[in-house]
Amino acid sequence: MTLTESTPRSHPHIFAVTSGKGGVGKTFVSANLAAALARGGRRVLVLDADLGLANLDVVLNLFPKITLHDVFTGKSTLADAILPAPGGFHVLLAGSGMVEYSRMTPEVRDQLQAVIDEVAPKFDHILLDTGAGISDVVLYTVSLAGEVLVVATPEPTSLTDAYATIKVLATTQGRRKIHLLVNQVRKLGEGRAVRQQLQQVVDRYVNPQLDSPVRLELLGDVPSDNAVRDSVLRRQLLMEALPGAPAALALVQVATRMTAT
Amino acid sequence: MARRAPRLGTGKSVGRAPGAHVRKWATEAAHFRVWSLCWPLLDWPDTLPGRRPRPNPLDRRQAKPRTDPSPLQFDRALQLLAQSGVAVPEGEPGSPAWQQGLIDALVDLSSRDALTGLANRRAFEMALAREVDRVARSGEPALLLALDIDHFKRVNDTHGHGAGDQVIRAVAHALLDCVRPMDLVARLGGEEFAIILPNCASTFGETVAERVRRRVERMPVALSTQGGQVAVTISIGGAFAPQWVRSTPTLWQERADQQLYLAKGQGRNLVRLEPTAVSVVSTEEKRLLFDSFQIQDHE
Repeated sequence: MTLTESTPRSHPHIFAVTSGKGGVGKTFVSANLAAALARGGRRVLVLDADLGLANLDVVLNLFPKITLHDVFTGKSTLADAILPAPGGFHVLLAGSGMVEYSRMTPEVRDQLQAVIDEVAPKFDHILLDTGAGISDVVLYTVSLAGEVLVVATPEPTSLTDAYATIKVLATTQGRRKIHLLVNQVRKLGEGRAVRQQLQQVVDRYVNPQLDSPVRLELLGDVPSDNAVRDSVLRRQLLMEALPGAPAALALVQVATRMTAT
Repeated sequence: MARRAPRLGTGKSVGRAPGAHVRKWATEAAHFRVWSLCWPLLDWPDTLPGRRPRPNPLDRRQAKPRTDPSPLQFDRALQLLAQSGVAVPEGEPGSPAWQQGLIDALVDLSSRDALTGLANRRAFEMALAREVDRVARSGEPALLLALDIDHFKRVNDTHGHGAGDQVIRAVAHALLDCVRPMDLVARLGGEEFAIILPNCASTFGETVAERVRRRVERMPVALSTQGGQVAVTISIGGAFAPQWVRSTPTLWQERADQQLYLAKGQGRNLVRLEPTAVSVVSTEEKRLLFDSFQIQDHE
């Protein structure tokens, strides 16, 4: 009934990190979560799937010579484009300004699929850092992943966009389990409150149209922490620069929960 | 007086170049030789392009037409075509072109519904599979409508099966009437129909389905046997193919069918399309999303 069976979900260890709204910390979460997973001895790859406006390289302070663009155009092999990142994981960077890939064409689609199929068996975890919004590129990238991680903050705008994303993913891709990570939480238990709030609206407006209900699973919340801002400004990974910060500890907790599932 | 060079030949050739008559004769001879070489070609038109070979009446082998008995038996196929009112292919019976025509006619016949002439289930399934592939490749939106005549059993029970057939035929014509030529209208069996609409934008889906529903609603079917009319309505369920994602025909059909059941359950003579990806968050949704959250915040 759902599309879950139809889409190629042979890679359950691929997480798509998405949010709807921009600026809620998708890239921050992807990079630091990858570092936390790598610290647990996992082989982790972060793929910058924000093809149009990639900025993972900025967060990681990398100046890549070889990017996904070169792989797509055949100038470089995939193995050369996978670079080691500071946190002990690997990255595949899109390179900013791949404007021609910000629209989904069959060629981009096939190439992205081929890249993911090739890297999938070589890593324990793959995080797809998608762009903001719910464009067809984002939706397609998410459809390549086995699991979705929606990043939201307790702000109303972010909540609305997260809800819209969840709604679209549930109706078009048949997603029935969606992971939630609440970023920039100011109070204890706010993550759980956000999840409950979203779940309540989903139960009321989305689930009646579906054959089986959508379940939101809180993967964790990350406290609002000045250390995060500092590390971003210094262009360092939080996990590297300040591994004892509350946000870093929370991300380690998220990572352990991810490996457990 | 200066001594002139002695002239060759007779006085007749005065004023002509010396040896002109010889050259003229030689030219004519050359022309003759060239033409005589071409002559067999002109005399033998059968070998020229564009002409059909003439049978030689003296050749006995050619005089008799070949009566090589074909190992293939066509009589049943021809009988079937005649029975179903399909024209028998043109050409000399048994020739390759004729055989091809016969195969084409049989293929056409086996992909059509006998009662209505619409595509039958087999053709529909093929078209659906092709459309799923196309949508996955091109990302174009495509709509599948599942249609069902409401309370068809009642028509059969009150007016008889002949009337039922007439109703089905009339509905089939109405359906064909209100879709584009590129759309495929199929009868899946009984009173069930389906329409595949390739390249149908999601904003138009509702309009198209509604037009189909209204067209059938406004069309009373005249019954030839008893006289009188019978009015029928249809319920329509629809689903768009998932763009970019490779789905399966079965899945797509099930989604459309589910909407059809919902339309039936909600009172029939209705259109229900599967809600497309609406990223729009309504005011009510927003209210529910924030209200209690902010109350919680103020506590």
